[in-house]
Amino acid sequence: MTEYTAVTDADRRQMLEAIGVGSIEDLFADIPEALRLAQGLELDAGRSEQEVYAELRALAARNVSTEDELSFVGAGMYDTYVPALIDALITRAEFLTPYTPYQPEVSQGGLQTMFEYQTAICELTGLPVSNASVYEGPSAVAAAGYVAKHATGAHRFVVSRGVHPHAIETLRTMSHSWGMEVVEADLRQGVTELPALGDDVAAVIVAQPNFLGAVEDLAAIAAAAHDAGALCIACCDPVALSLLRSPGECGVDIAVGEGQTLGNRLDFGGPSFGFFAVTEPLIRRIPGRIAGETVDLDGRRGFTLTLQTREQHIRRERATSNICTSQALNALAGVIYLSWLGRDGFTELGELLVRRTAYARDRLAALPGIETLHDQPVFREFAVTLDAPVEAVIERCLRDGVNPGYPLGSDYPEHERGLLVAITELRSAAEIDRLATVLGDAVVAERSGSLQEARR
Amino acid sequence: MTDAGPATSARDAQLTIFERSRRGRRAFAPPALDVPRRPLDELLPAHLRRAQPARLPEVSEPEIVRHYTRLSKRNFDLDSGFYPLGSCTMKHNPRLHERVAALPGHARLHPLQRPERAQGALELMWRLQSALSEISGLPHVSLQPSAGSHGELAGVLLTRAYHEDRGERRTKVLTPDTAHGTNPATVTMAGYEVVKVGTDAHGNVDLDDLRAKATDEVACLMLTNPSTLGLFEPAVAEIAEIVHRIGATLYYDGANLNAIMGICRPGDMGFDIVHFNLHKTFTQPHGGGGPGAGPIAVSDRIEPFLPRPQVVRRDSHNGSDPTRPVYDLDFDRPKSIGRLRGFQGNYGVFVRTYAYIRSLGAAGLRNVSETAVLNANYLLARLRSLGVLEHLPVAYDRLCMHEFTLSGAPMKRDLQIRTLDLAKRLLDFGVHPPTVYFPLLVDEALLVEPTETETRETLDAFAEIVAEILREAAADPEIARGAPYTTPVRRLDEARAARRPILRQEL
Repeated sequence: MTEYTAVTDADRRQMLEAIGVGSIEDLFADIPEALRLAQGLELDAGRSEQEVYAELRALAARNVSTEDELSFVGAGMYDTYVPALIDALITRAEFLTPYTPYQPEVSQGGLQTMFEYQTAICELTGLPVSNASVYEGPSAVAAAGYVAKHATGAHRFVVSRGVHPHAIETLRTMSHSWGMEVVEADLRQGVTELPALGDDVAAVIVAQPNFLGAVEDLAAIAAAAHDAGALCIACCDPVALSLLRSPGECGVDIAVGEGQTLGNRLDFGGPSFGFFAVTEPLIRRIPGRIAGETVDLDGRRGFTLTLQTREQHIRRERATSNICTSQALNALAGVIYLSWLGRDGFTELGELLVRRTAYARDRLAALPGIETLHDQPVFREFAVTLDAPVEAVIERCLRDGVNPGYPLGSDYPEHERGLLVAITELRSAAEIDRLATVLGDAVVAERSGSLQEARR
Repeated sequence: MTDAGPATSARDAQLTIFERSRRGRRAFAPPALDVPRRPLDELLPAHLRRAQPARLPEVSEPEIVRHYTRLSKRNFDLDSGFYPLGSCTMKHNPRLHERVAALPGHARLHPLQRPERAQGALELMWRLQSALSEISGLPHVSLQPSAGSHGELAGVLLTRAYHEDRGERRTKVLTPDTAHGTNPATVTMAGYEVVKVGTDAHGNVDLDDLRAKATDEVACLMLTNPSTLGLFEPAVAEIAEIVHRIGATLYYDGANLNAIMGICRPGDMGFDIVHFNLHKTFTQPHGGGGPGAGPIAVSDRIEPFLPRPQVVRRDSHNGSDPTRPVYDLDFDRPKSIGRLRGFQGNYGVFVRTYAYIRSLGAAGLRNVSETAVLNANYLLARLRSLGVLEHLPVAYDRLCMHEFTLSGAPMKRDLQIRTLDLAKRLLDFGVHPPTVYFPLLVDEALLVEPTETETRETLDAFAEIVAEILREAAADPEIARGAPYTTPVRRLDEARAARRPILRQEL
């Protein structure tokens, strides 16, 4: 059994004596006898470090990771390259092991990185105020809805069906408790078509690019929201903001999004971080930690958590959110990543993605039995429609070591034969060619298969 | 801990990465363009594109590494010294956990990988659910919530769903006045009204007050046990009975679970819903404020409402090995409250937690709690024997569990230093201060949680340091009032930070 404690038998004796009790049992005297576990927990005995390592390695080996197949699956998280310096820096104990910087005098490193992170997020989003991170993308959308509910007093959210299905579902979960109605706006030719909004809308919520990969006209959507007295919330792919007009420039009030693609691993869905930026008027409604610049007693520059009167540990039931622990380490990876890319590199990465994605889309759309699902501009992801049953096509591709994308049917019944294909900087032109070959062959095979079945 | 060193000027140490930027410097080399260089205008119309690039820092790789390495040295951390931050369970973070979490089979697994191709991950999650179920004494677990506060939110939403399913509408949630701030904040966020329950003279829930407030409008009582005072509620069975009699649910805030693992279980005490803080009890590194994870365990009557999807085990029927069970994600849960976030939760945290539970096993987990409680009571005894409690009396003089609460009120009156001053002076001695000014009902509170991973020598040294600071204050209170002196910066002007917020760099 592994232990991380250091109390010897002699220590225990002397410590109990100092306390003035006879046994460890006596320390638990406040726990009624009837509640004490008679037997130990029914868990296996502890093991040595090497045995635990072997077990965790065996479990890992039963997963097909993006190192084991050629994956074009995205749909909210992407197999991006995490540079080595991030691993080296975020595993430093000084970043890895402390908690929330309640004592700023000995937390300047963490606080300054939060400040730098906030600066980077403001620059990406074109909005003046960012917090220091929230849990992740979909719950950030719901949290933004909560801000809009309080800021407007209205009772409806209009959410585009182009928002990530997990985000819509999370918003629905929360809206039920808030007595808010959630109205979905349909997509037309791949982009959001807003209904008449009426006057009781707290926020119009869209994704940029949307779940089908299409780039939305954020400025037009924000203007329509404002005309109806609603806020506009945009859930953005932060890497797409390398090229796209920033949400702030488009008039968006709250920009949120999933931060995984900024230097964080897939980790089967987390931990990553959510970013959250707002306009100046919303500054005191924003959830979560915020670092601010100030000076110390000697006039030296320093950083501290600020605007804490919004937060649960001060304001309790009147707080703007219940969030406490967020995702500081993941956000740190985010700001290191953005510094590593740098001003020119960020743009270059965006251009590479947009060109490779266009290449992939053209390659696939040229194949028999594959059509684009929409023809809107795309950034890193696009949707196609297959003239064959999607599940069967995917099965064939998997046998050839290619995971061709995410099937859209369960989220969009009207796109039963839709496939969402994601391109990252890790997918070369040669690999895209391989996808075209494998997917093309699979569609042809399943197409003739289903034709034969139909004839029979 | 020192500043960045004599070779670096104080000003240079405070430069941000943006201020180090020089036009034309870079770290990233993009992969070669291996597809046609089509004009951007063809791909993304100009009206959708930004006119100016985002002004990110322009720095070389060596500068980035040095910048963040220097910044790291301006942090106090758990590997450098004692960190008795009450209610946060700052225990050692085994490095094995980082190694196994980084294995590509875990770290580069896509969350939408098909279940049959993610069997290792789903099995790990299922086994973790089983272990958390056993530890809490409640039969069903959802790993989805992202942190303790998120688990609390799940718990209150589950309560709402449970009552609505029975056709009941309730409007109030009870929280003791000792509760973490997240409890009342969660209640409001979940659309309920907070009703506070008082604390009696012994530091327990005031049962008379609870009875008076336990009406049929109450949906839930959120309780932390041991409480934030570090005390076990001896009448927890009676509390459960009061709460259940009115048809409400009993919620267990798991922040203090480190005190009771293998000794008693929330499920056996009558709780319906429990959250776990995997970053507290189960050693996920705190990361400077996250990531964490906040799984929940629930009773049978709450199970139908758990978030979607659930990890389930099915008996194999079509696999190559019919004896091997198959793990799957179950979305078919018609009464579910729905999702609380994307995907399946913070899996990287689950890997670490699972490694920890496998390393320690049943006896090891019990040893954790026994030692945590032993260390806390020993530290309290040492402080007592050094006369510290004369100035910093324990708020309720009983055996504590894994942490204890002192009051700095007499210290403030007699020695003219506040709890804040003591905390700041501790920094000069290389110790992270305990939690201060919480719980709120204790004047000048100091909440001390040593954890089980500290040695007796460390506890002795801490007690001596506190005694030394009190002696020093008796001679000259100005020393503590001006502290700290040896840290990268001294006390910060927090009022200024809030009055004129500077929340980003002007570029």
